[in-house]
Amino acid sequence: MNPVVSLDRVSVSYGRHHALRDVTTEFPAGAVGLLGPNGAGKSTLIKILLGLLPPAAGRVRVLDQDVAQAPLAVRARVGYMPENESHIPGMNAVTFVAYCAELAGLPRASAMQRAHEVLFYVGLGEARYRNVETYSTGMKQRIKLAQALVHDPDLLLLDEPTNGMDPGGRDEMLTLVRDIVARRGIAVIVSSHLLPDVESTCGHVVVLDRGAVVAQGPIAALKGKSGRVFELRVKGDEHRFAEVLRERGIECHGDEDEVMRVFVPGDHGSQLLFQLAAQHGMQVRHLRPSTPTLEDVFARAVGEDV
Amino acid sequence: MPIHDRGYRRYAGSRVPGSLAWWVIARAGIVERLRDRRFLALLLFAWLPFLVRGVQIYIASSFPQASFLALDERTFRAFIDQQRPFVFFATIYAGAGLIANDRQANALQLYFSKPITRAQYVCGKLLILVVFLAAVTWLPAVSLLFLQTLLSGSLDFFSSHLFLLPAITIGSALEIGVAAVTMLALSSLSRSSRFVAILYAGITLFAAAFGRAVGAATGIRGWTWLSPQDTLTVVIDATFGVPTTASGTSVAAALLVVALLVGASIVVLARQVRAVEVV
Repeated sequence: MNPVVSLDRVSVSYGRHHALRDVTTEFPAGAVGLLGPNGAGKSTLIKILLGLLPPAAGRVRVLDQDVAQAPLAVRARVGYMPENESHIPGMNAVTFVAYCAELAGLPRASAMQRAHEVLFYVGLGEARYRNVETYSTGMKQRIKLAQALVHDPDLLLLDEPTNGMDPGGRDEMLTLVRDIVARRGIAVIVSSHLLPDVESTCGHVVVLDRGAVVAQGPIAALKGKSGRVFELRVKGDEHRFAEVLRERGIECHGDEDEVMRVFVPGDHGSQLLFQLAAQHGMQVRHLRPSTPTLEDVFARAVGEDV
Repeated sequence: MPIHDRGYRRYAGSRVPGSLAWWVIARAGIVERLRDRRFLALLLFAWLPFLVRGVQIYIASSFPQASFLALDERTFRAFIDQQRPFVFFATIYAGAGLIANDRQANALQLYFSKPITRAQYVCGKLLILVVFLAAVTWLPAVSLLFLQTLLSGSLDFFSSHLFLLPAITIGSALEIGVAAVTMLALSSLSRSSRFVAILYAGITLFAAAFGRAVGAATGIRGWTWLSPQDTLTVVIDATFGVPTTASGTSVAAALLVVALLVGASIVVLARQVRAVEVV
């Protein structure tokens, strides 16, 4: 199956700052998470996909179309939910969403009908005649999703879709995203710094750091085999012990309460950790096998250390 | 759709060409503004001079002893001038927030995530202002010409003043075009419509006062070009073929100033109207 999005050696600069450096990657169909710390280039990448920013170099294809050559055709098939609060001023929800549908090319009558349907779908049916400016943060997130969906895109770009939402609203939003992908057949790219959100909705991730792709692939493959990851707490200088582990080719990353997450290559497992602790006079106070998580993938990719 | 099914459905209907997006923007803007009763009152108030002139036409055509009230090209020219305050207020009322409010609500990224171009967005916004300004200049002036022809009972006035319709159209277009493009450019510069309104009023009033003050201080009337309104007066007077009331600047120079003003406004719009703000 063709990738939904492909980037070939794409670079973007803002003056001297390189937002994206020679990025080559593909986003398959389904839900793909776009991860990265602040300033990694996630939002820039989304704007490149929409054709809002011209890359300084490289080629971008979205839904089998070259973005540089046919930006309007691409945008007609893409829905974008921006990160920050945004709406068309002075409109109620149904007028706003219908207006967005018309801007995307739907005839007026169809746009109004779709607006009602989509507002019910995102859970704003009862509030659809209220002015958008009076909405709560969670409702504003939902209406941003509604305006992105109303013209029935083939690809949905969601930039921090659960930003500012309470736990209940967040769960509902993630359920919607899963439903859009699984039952409606729309490809979704979720840009988020909330790793649990991405893990619960996406099967594939692309991790950006300082404008470059540092990891990509199916989440399951990136996590690796379970049973080789341990939670470890030692009594003594854990920083020095972390250095010792690294010298032996064992990755370790910090966690809360001085607990390290340790990735032991091969089949040595816990025995090797006990041996090393004994050799360096450290007491192992806590050692528990753990399941690899997306946070581990992220931490390894962006090089977060103890 | 069954009433119980409120799930998401794919859309299988038709789509209209994206090139009509400017009309969608303009229509929405016009409808929204027409819901504002204060603005409607302003539009109605702007037709008062038309009523007065209408009565003048009626008296002049009905009573021979009042023939001194008969209309000529100077009357129509004066009428365009009389409408200028309404153009000023309508421009501020309907135009200040056109782009500023969108910037305030971060709406530009929503617009440009749809299949529309920046030119279509600007044209749509411009059309909103053009429609309302035409409703207070061109439409009453042309209606006045029609009324004159109707009440005179013959086509004599119309045929002897064939240049009036194009002169009204060109004069109104200049008045409307300069006001609309300038206001739209100013509106793109800020996130506050109030600030834009003050800026426009300041530029319009201050530039005129400054031009006249410098002219009076130096004794040279060539400073008229500093005032967009006086510059427009020179061009529109020439269009109607009447002696100008804002002498001091040649028609060619005035046209150049108008072109520069419009050009500068377009440059501002091209720089400011973007989905992505690079700081």
